[in-house]
Amino acid sequence: MSTFASSRETTEGTIYSVTGGDWDQVASEIGSAKEERVVVNMGPQHPSTHGVLRLMLELEGETITELRCGIGYLHTGIEKNTEFRTWTQGVTFVTRMDYLSPLFNETAYCLSVEKLLGITNDVPERATVIRVMMMEFNRISSHMVALGTGALELGAITPMFFAFREREKVLDVFEKVSGLRMNMAYVRPGGVAQDLPEGTVSHIRDLVKDLRKNFKDNADLLIGNSIWIKRTKDVGYLDLAGCITLGVTGPVLRSTGMPWDLRKTQPYCGYENYDFDVITADTCDVYGRFLIRMQELEQSLRIIEQCCDKLDALDGAPVMVADKKIAWPAQLALGGDGLGNSLEHIRQIMGTSMEALIHHFKIVTEGFRVPAGQVYSAVESPRGELGAHLVSDGGTRPYRVHFRTPSFSNLQSTSAMCEGSLIADVVAAVASIDPVMGDVDR
Amino acid sequence: MSEQKGMFGASGTGDTSGYGGLVRAANSPTSAQRPYGSYFDDVADELERAFPEFNDAIEKVVVDRGELTLHIKRERLFDVAKTLRDTDTLRFEVCLGVAGVHYPEDKSRELHAVYELLSMTHNRRLRLEVSVPDSDPHIPSLVEVWAGTNWHEREAYDMFGIIFDGHPALTRILMPDDWPGHPQRKDYPLGGIPVEYIGATVPAPDNRRSYR
Repeated sequence: MSTFASSRETTEGTIYSVTGGDWDQVASEIGSAKEERVVVNMGPQHPSTHGVLRLMLELEGETITELRCGIGYLHTGIEKNTEFRTWTQGVTFVTRMDYLSPLFNETAYCLSVEKLLGITNDVPERATVIRVMMMEFNRISSHMVALGTGALELGAITPMFFAFREREKVLDVFEKVSGLRMNMAYVRPGGVAQDLPEGTVSHIRDLVKDLRKNFKDNADLLIGNSIWIKRTKDVGYLDLAGCITLGVTGPVLRSTGMPWDLRKTQPYCGYENYDFDVITADTCDVYGRFLIRMQELEQSLRIIEQCCDKLDALDGAPVMVADKKIAWPAQLALGGDGLGNSLEHIRQIMGTSMEALIHHFKIVTEGFRVPAGQVYSAVESPRGELGAHLVSDGGTRPYRVHFRTPSFSNLQSTSAMCEGSLIADVVAAVASIDPVMGDVDR
Repeated sequence: MSEQKGMFGASGTGDTSGYGGLVRAANSPTSAQRPYGSYFDDVADELERAFPEFNDAIEKVVVDRGELTLHIKRERLFDVAKTLRDTDTLRFEVCLGVAGVHYPEDKSRELHAVYELLSMTHNRRLRLEVSVPDSDPHIPSLVEVWAGTNWHEREAYDMFGIIFDGHPALTRILMPDDWPGHPQRKDYPLGGIPVEYIGATVPAPDNRRSYR
């Protein structure tokens, strides 16, 4: 032991600290030690911990007796920062929390702001349909990362290539619609930043057919694959009672057979008008969660198809609330130097209307006032219930923004899932929770 | 919440616009009167039936923007929480989290802890709010009622300095263990850095003139 490890005496006996070195040699020396209690630190820079997650594992042989999570490595102070910006600027911060599903962050935030303003019913229908469509595309791209990296972490490389191939096409849609592939700040209080560019709906109709065909590639690789089943079946077990007391939501909760999906149980954004199924499994394990994510892809495609029909019927309708005291004044357009205010708008405020210029200046620099109070709005993100708790003191800036993020709550269940299992199963269990560390730490 | 003076966040300048003298009172929602509407009356009735000291425990009931908030005395919080979870007709089996809010102007009730509850059985939501003075920031921990509040209480402790009595391991969770202060309190600065351009600087966000 002494060749690799520095040792120190403590009340619990001699403690050896090992870092680096040849792991085979270290392991064989550990085997010759009298006591077999080993504490292994995994992460925060570890390729299979799904981001900067640190796991402290207490082992007996290969069995985990105690597991603790160390988080906070990606804490960015987003909640505090929003208190120093206007309500509209807040969108650009919250979109960066769960960077795999930015549109859900934006929508949860905007639904809360709209509730505070009392304009929930004034948001134009076309804006709401676009929100739903973008969110469902985002669910697909997020599940693609969950499935792809989850498989990669368990040693299956091809599924990741297939998953990222499809995700790329979804990100192309985001780029086409919002100009950005992630962190779009596309959903704004009162509607969305801009209307869909021409030809988007027909592009999406083609893409849906394409995706539906290609999703089968991954399904064929993994469903029924004996190695995959051995690594995931009965692993990371967490039953309904465990989920409820730990506040676990999303696919992990639905893998216990509980059909709890806010899109069905407490519909928002008009989800009650869409035809789709809530997918459940009754195995409470990693395999069940994997199957749920696989099948949710198809449900998202179904919703997107219905969105396309609605968008065709709503062609030319507004995408921002009519109240000029809230709506962003600019109409964005793509120019030679990138996306910016449309020439027409510049011409109007600079050339013809002093009042329009003042209005533009005021609403962009000062923002709008939001009546005092507090609200909580939740959406079903790919990971579970994402809630935005917003407090206003009547000013132009949020008084307090708190996000109840599914990754944070769900990650708590890692200990319950893993203690007593083998160390290799930790990787599968964490992958099945699909935590995004930006979402955990905010 | 406090009243707001002026409009531009600056004072002592030669403001000739007259807006500097503007005083606006922020109207926080006040206590609601029966009937509350929606399922809120049911929840209040059932809680009153299941929890005899209801009137002693509840400071005020706020119904605002379609949401029900019960302001609860901290001494009664644990019992109310247990009743809300265990009573068949209430069954708030999920606590979605704890959010701290700091109101420095709300004297001797500076720190608030806000709990979002969810009843999957009855498909209802409810908010509990507890306020404590800055000088005595103790609130009973609800980890025994809802195990999931464990990390949320640690976060509220980390960010606001609220001490949850009875928590199994109340340590910092997001900030480093040796971090001084509680970052999301209003008296804690944002610590912004000015953006420098050649010949000019843009002040950090916390030092910019704010349009209240």
